[in-house]
Amino acid sequence: MARVVVDVMLKPEILDPQGQAVANALPRLGVDNVSSVRIGRRIEIEFAGAPDLDRAREIADKLLANPVIEDFTINVHEDAAAEVA
Amino acid sequence: MRIGVVTFPGSLDDGDAARAARIAGADVVRLWHGDPDLHGVDAVVLPGGFSYGDYLRCGAIARFAPAMESIIDAARGGLPVLGICNGFQILCEAHLLPGALTRNQHLHFRNRDQWLRVEGTNTAWSNAFTAGQEVLIPVKNGEGCYVADERTLDALEAEGRVVARYIRGNPNGSQRDIAAITNEAGNVVGIMPHPEHAVEALTGPSLDGLGFFTSVLRALAGASAGANAGGHQ
Repeated sequence: MARVVVDVMLKPEILDPQGQAVANALPRLGVDNVSSVRIGRRIEIEFAGAPDLDRAREIADKLLANPVIEDFTINVHEDAAAEVA
Repeated sequence: MRIGVVTFPGSLDDGDAARAARIAGADVVRLWHGDPDLHGVDAVVLPGGFSYGDYLRCGAIARFAPAMESIIDAARGGLPVLGICNGFQILCEAHLLPGALTRNQHLHFRNRDQWLRVEGTNTAWSNAFTAGQEVLIPVKNGEGCYVADERTLDALEAEGRVVARYIRGNPNGSQRDIAAITNEAGNVVGIMPHPEHAVEALTGPSLDGLGFFTSVLRALAGASAGANAGGHQ
């Protein structure tokens, strides 16, 4: 079944304190070569029929992302099983 | 004067907001998120809490509630609307106010009594204050960091639309210490701290919050006096 995947990220100029907190924790794992971490959100949408990209874009623009602070990208994943692999 | 207080699933401070409006002298009408009928109220308060569990983003889902669709239309027509905390987040999500409220910079939930300086007193919800007046009102939020692009921030300042600023410490990292803003018309105000928790000596740190509610009664009384005068001409 085809699904539409929407990735939402804070715009680059918006401070991401969650990402900073994760980045600051990395030295405790012994990781010292990471310069930045940013956290976003992935939303998977399954349409009843064929994936409707225009509808997905509308959903993302109106609800899933806040265009004041966030950007989003949309991709169609044809085979959900392949993704797990 | 009838002030409507909306209850969303997850609202916490609707009871306190209703009580504050009543103490200020208003007749309170409880509005339900699923009901698009505003029951003829003269003003609306969107209370604090966690509408729809804050899922997705704070206020993102509440903005599409049937009651909100009516309130957005009415606000564009001049209905006074005050959004407190989660209500402020809903007003930003509804694009009635510019900018957005994001996770507190230090990631901690902040719950304390907070000093504010009231600056914009030309709104339906702040006309009872004098410009520069310092007030003490509880703040309690996890996502109260106000952000907007520089041009929006400059415009807010230039147009006198910063209603209140945090003083003696910024609790959440809000840009330019912004605690409350208004729209261009001055009928819609969003405030992150909770004036409804500062209306009685028994439970609040001050009675300073009452001014936001008496302001709207004054604004409405002025508007109806003006309308009556107009009608007799």
